[in-house]
Amino acid sequence: MSLTAADIQEIMRLVEASHFDELELETDGTKIVLRRGAAVSAAVAAPAPAVKQTAAVAAPAPAAAPAPAPVVASSAGGEAVTAPMLGTFYRQPKPGAPPFVEVGMPVDAETVIGVIEVMKLMNTVRAGIKGRVTEIVAADGGLVEFGDTLIRVAPEA
Amino acid sequence: MAIRRVFIANRGEIAVRIIRSCKVLGLETVLAVSAADRDSLGARLADRTVCVGPPRSTDSYLKIETIVHAALATGADAVHPGYGFLSERAPFARLCEDNGLVFIGPTPAQIEAVGDKLRARHEAIAADVPVVPGAEVNSVQEAVEAAAQIGTPLLVKAVGGGGGRGMKRVDVLGDVPQAVELASAEAAAAFGDPRVYLERYVSSGRHVELQVLGDGRGEVIHLGERDCSVQRRYQKLIEETPAVGLSKRLLDDLHAAGVRFAKRLKYRGAGTVEFLVDCDRDCFYFLEMNSRIQVEHPVTEMVTGFDLVAEQICIANGEGLRIRQPEVVLHGHAIECRVNAEDPAQDFRPSPGLVSRADWPTGDGVRVDTYIESGARVPPFYDSLMGKLIVHGKDRHAALALLEQALAATCIEGVATNIGFHRKVLGNAEFRLGGVDTGFVNRI
Repeated sequence: MSLTAADIQEIMRLVEASHFDELELETDGTKIVLRRGAAVSAAVAAPAPAVKQTAAVAAPAPAAAPAPAPVVASSAGGEAVTAPMLGTFYRQPKPGAPPFVEVGMPVDAETVIGVIEVMKLMNTVRAGIKGRVTEIVAADGGLVEFGDTLIRVAPEA
Repeated sequence: MAIRRVFIANRGEIAVRIIRSCKVLGLETVLAVSAADRDSLGARLADRTVCVGPPRSTDSYLKIETIVHAALATGADAVHPGYGFLSERAPFARLCEDNGLVFIGPTPAQIEAVGDKLRARHEAIAADVPVVPGAEVNSVQEAVEAAAQIGTPLLVKAVGGGGGRGMKRVDVLGDVPQAVELASAEAAAAFGDPRVYLERYVSSGRHVELQVLGDGRGEVIHLGERDCSVQRRYQKLIEETPAVGLSKRLLDDLHAAGVRFAKRLKYRGAGTVEFLVDCDRDCFYFLEMNSRIQVEHPVTEMVTGFDLVAEQICIANGEGLRIRQPEVVLHGHAIECRVNAEDPAQDFRPSPGLVSRADWPTGDGVRVDTYIESGARVPPFYDSLMGKLIVHGKDRHAALALLEQALAATCIEGVATNIGFHRKVLGNAEFRLGGVDTGFVNRI
């Protein structure tokens, strides 16, 4: 079975009409991932000022230290989603694209939360847990070691 | 020095050992650790550690791309592979070099040349280095001629066989035709392949190896031999230098042969040429070359006074050989015991776990290379080597006395060790006399 262009358009319409932000569909030989960009942007709108503030405070420090400081601070706790391997962590599929996840977004076990690049090989990282993202811990484009916390997720049943 | 930061792709005692030489040279160190080694002594001594993966070495220390990625991301300019793991993997050395990292070791081509046993044997023959005499024979007539060349005792082996199956020992040349016909018929029945070959049989052999250093441009020196005949199932347990009871002629020839072999390859870095000394015939044969630093390198350091790991790094840095052959003078005698976490009561099965107490000996002429302190763990994922006890005396007699004291002063609790085995060997008259063959451990 393969999907036609008309099938995909129909699927997109269904997702649009649903209350889901993301759909991953895999049939033999074909995989499509649909994500609602607008919904993601809306979700980040609230914590955004906090980011700016952090940046302003950090500005006087000499040079940009590649410390694994949280990209977005969050007061909420949650379960750590850790790096399954050492490599360079990217929050989005390609430069300029919206991040896979943001604080406040719902995730489930299969949700892609980032990629880890090891010598040009991209490895998809999934949340492995159902819940809501409370914190983005790992810096985009930085080295993550095996076991480092990437994001935190408040579990939901 | 161009090298400023060394990435160490290893663990255990050799990681600690490499860090020590880096500190002497004023180099920064980044140590790769698996999740099981985060709290190891090496992790505390290194300037930085990076966790490269979960405990299983196939997911951490053996992951070529991950290790190179980690070295690049931590700003290292050179990689020291230690021994084992990726140390003799040509693709690893090549990936390092392709990414601008200095591989502290030989070239990928040299690793390949000595890693293939058949190719290494051809290189040895081309370098006029003796190999175990042998020949494939296609008829009884050929076998008789070859046997006369090889001499007795010899083995008739099936080309298609393995694991000792189909082997016949021949002690008298007159028995060759019958043995070959029988072996050939058996081989045809058992393996569907009647071809046989003859090989000289070494009934009593000693494992004697030569430490070499090469600059990669054809200059090679040696730092004397090591006798590693005390082995169990090809696992070395006690090593010493110099090798006792061998004629000066044989040793001089062995030294020259090892250097010839390394020169032919224009070998770069530290390496070891291994030989089998045939005790009955008073000659030696090339076995293989190890293109890495060896576990037993400290005995050579003790008698020569040179730091082999530092020399490896300096050669990798393009400084060439800092030592000339006449400067290599051997002082006294050194012996090393490998202290393993293994249980003699359970056929020397590995005995990992928490080391509740680790008292190692100290004093003049005593050196301990280890990563085990009280409270440390021997993880179950890697080899069982906990540390090496090395003693250095003015002669073998003095070294043996020192080793006896050092073993008595060693106290390891929480895991089973082979220290009792070492003490037993030390008390053995044949060992004390010196020059035991590789069958020694099985006899005691």
